[in-house]
Amino acid sequence: MSSFKVEYILIAALIIFAAVFVYQTMINDSEFEGADGAASDFIYEINPDYTPIAEPLWEPPGTETESLLFAIQGVIGAFIIGLFFGHYRAVNKFKKQNSKV
Amino acid sequence: MHILEGMLPAQWAIFWWVVTAVILVVGIYQLNKVVRKDREILPLLAISGAFIFVLSSLKLPSAVTMSSSHPTGTGLASVTFGPAITTVLCAIVLLFQTLFLAHGGLTTLGANCFAMGFFGPLLAWGIFKLLQKTSVNLYVTVFLAALTAGFSSYVMTAFQLSLAHGMENFAGFLAIFALTQIPLAILESLIIVVAFKYIAKIKGDFLIKTKTISEEQLEKINA
Repeated sequence: MSSFKVEYILIAALIIFAAVFVYQTMINDSEFEGADGAASDFIYEINPDYTPIAEPLWEPPGTETESLLFAIQGVIGAFIIGLFFGHYRAVNKFKKQNSKV
Repeated sequence: MHILEGMLPAQWAIFWWVVTAVILVVGIYQLNKVVRKDREILPLLAISGAFIFVLSSLKLPSAVTMSSSHPTGTGLASVTFGPAITTVLCAIVLLFQTLFLAHGGLTTLGANCFAMGFFGPLLAWGIFKLLQKTSVNLYVTVFLAALTAGFSSYVMTAFQLSLAHGMENFAGFLAIFALTQIPLAILESLIIVVAFKYIAKIKGDFLIKTKTISEEQLEKINA
């Protein structure tokens, strides 16, 4: 068994995912709206009188700011993941070097 | 995708808040216990939470329903720390998204936190523990656990909305949430498997400390 089997499967899945998406955008003009919005629309459809019991306290002024904030969330996570793997890779490396001395 | 602000009637919003509050108390208690026992486990906790941060920030297009949703990323935390601690980690992410992104909502936070933070991770954790006792390949086990975490969270979301807005609409909500999630859950689970592999490789004793896997299993996958 190749030692990179799971990585290959992941890469293949990413390529298929991206290819299907690109193909879909060419044959459809869907905007791929959020499922949460679709659910809210569905609620109004089955119950036209429904009024939300609350409104968001604050909303990003537009999609630009929203994508900024989503990116910040992702960056915080990615930073920690990078720190974790970088740190322990270096620790393992120096342990190996020291044991040779 | 979470339930948006105000989209659950008050009685259901309160009900899910109460349920989630109980789980959060248990989760914080467990978290304290784990950290007090061994502070060195904190980096594993950080990276388990980090995967929830990264994956749930990605709104991915799903070709099944032509709509977008995001993965949950809770698979790793589920298998390493169990469902109650995962709920605590999820609450942090969901609060961030609610306050700064108007994504989800304060009234629906209890319901969203229960679906994404507890229900999915609970099933994932159960499947992981169950399959671990069998001869199923460990990577396949992690994959199935993460898949369950991602997918069943949204089945729960659909169920919560049907409880509040009529059970006859369960199929409708399921079509909106669960179908969208199928390709995303597969993708996210593969990412979790690769992450799991490298954590085992680079700092495998973390997974032994949390009793996620046994020493024999660790030796076997690192061989």
